[in-house]
Amino acid sequence: MSGVRVLVGTRKGAFILTADGKRKQWDVSGPHFAGWEIYHVKGSSADPNRLYASQSSGWFGQVIQRSCDGGKTWETPGGGMTKTPDGMPAGESNKFVYDASPDTGKPLTTHQWYDGTQHPWEFKRVWHLEPSLTDPDTVYAGVEDAGLFRTSDGGTTWQELAGLRGHGTGPKWQPGAGGMCLHTILLDPSNPRRMHVAISAAGAFRSDDGGTTWKPINQGLRSQYIPDPTAEVGHCVHRIALHRSRPKVLFMQKHWDVMRSDDAGESWREISGNLPTDFGFVIDVHAHEPDTIYVVPIKSDSEHYPPEGKLRVYRSRTGGNEWEALTKGLPQRDCYVNVLRDAMAVDSLDACGVYFGTTGGQVYLSADAGDSWTPIVRDLPAVLSVEVQTLP
Amino acid sequence: MIRVVLPPHLRMLAHVRGEVMLDVPGQVTRASVLAALEAQYPMLRGTIRDHVTEQRRPFLRFFACERDLTHEPPDAPLPAAVVAGAEPFVVLGAIAGG
Repeated sequence: MSGVRVLVGTRKGAFILTADGKRKQWDVSGPHFAGWEIYHVKGSSADPNRLYASQSSGWFGQVIQRSCDGGKTWETPGGGMTKTPDGMPAGESNKFVYDASPDTGKPLTTHQWYDGTQHPWEFKRVWHLEPSLTDPDTVYAGVEDAGLFRTSDGGTTWQELAGLRGHGTGPKWQPGAGGMCLHTILLDPSNPRRMHVAISAAGAFRSDDGGTTWKPINQGLRSQYIPDPTAEVGHCVHRIALHRSRPKVLFMQKHWDVMRSDDAGESWREISGNLPTDFGFVIDVHAHEPDTIYVVPIKSDSEHYPPEGKLRVYRSRTGGNEWEALTKGLPQRDCYVNVLRDAMAVDSLDACGVYFGTTGGQVYLSADAGDSWTPIVRDLPAVLSVEVQTLP
Repeated sequence: MIRVVLPPHLRMLAHVRGEVMLDVPGQVTRASVLAALEAQYPMLRGTIRDHVTEQRRPFLRFFACERDLTHEPPDAPLPAAVVAGAEPFVVLGAIAGG
């Protein structure tokens, strides 16, 4: 029987939740990397036992962890006792160094600081790890300050795809309240040269040449919190999602507004429709129905909890605009948790499972595409990310 | 042998318990101890000092023999008791809640 493996990143470690295809009985392992912030854990679709985790700490910086056995054991790639020819230790899995100008050696570009001055890029942490769809040793990392890195040796060394920061709009990017982070990486399953990324607070960007060159794709976004609401960049995109059968259709949860593009991001239109509030962080697509999408409305940008204290997932079966509240099994009073941008995922079993984690430490599952929900775990540390692997 | 005490998070990362014992060639300084530590435990590279600048991470300090050596020059000799292995060189994380 097939099964599922849920990879949960929290403020104080990683947890792995496993079940068979019935999704009734769960085994919980963890905390892995206890006490460290785990921003994201994700498995390779080319080798499901290959997992990558972003482990970070305000004290000790960034560490990359890799598992080759589905999370039973972990290693820091290149962190063993081997040495480079010059005798220096080879442990560079946590080394993320931005490209500098090849002409001057100076920083490639600067970005806007909170006071309006220009500020150099400073690496802080990895928010998101996106393994290649075909090669378990190739992984993309979205980092803060916003940049995109790639490894092709299983996480041992990382190189920046500097065309993103360097394409020209970098000096207009600015950090949001959560920092200036590249948090979403979407690989197009039909076109290995195409990828999309999203940055807070810069917007969405697309590459059609494997990450070498990039362009902003923010036409149609409207953000009242920037001087020019329809500017080319500066939008606080919280998350974008696609369905692998229809990769030109993108769905976006922006700071405010839920948006849709039918042309790979060339233009966007609002699909917030009858949502009680169109602020939120997560958005995801049903595994088998490309027009069925999910969001979790959050009251506002100053009140990061569900409206009326009722935790509700909203589902649209029409690709947006028409939304229904999904409440069965979710707390409908006195609930003031948040659901962060990387904390929703779907499995691909016949009855699509939908999962999300909260800052209150619950991970909820719906095994019937959202009709009803049950907590898998209730008392983890604040959940930062949820990913699901559907296992053969 | 030089004795080094690591904070719990770094002991976990390096898969060690208790003190770390290091053979430090040449003069025993903070820089040479950290270099020997990173050579023996490469997974610690970048966690105590920056990969590129080798600057100490802001929330870490270095103690030995009941003295705060954090702001001593990195190439200054460590106390004789550390060199002799009588006292450990302590890498300490700042205390903070949460």
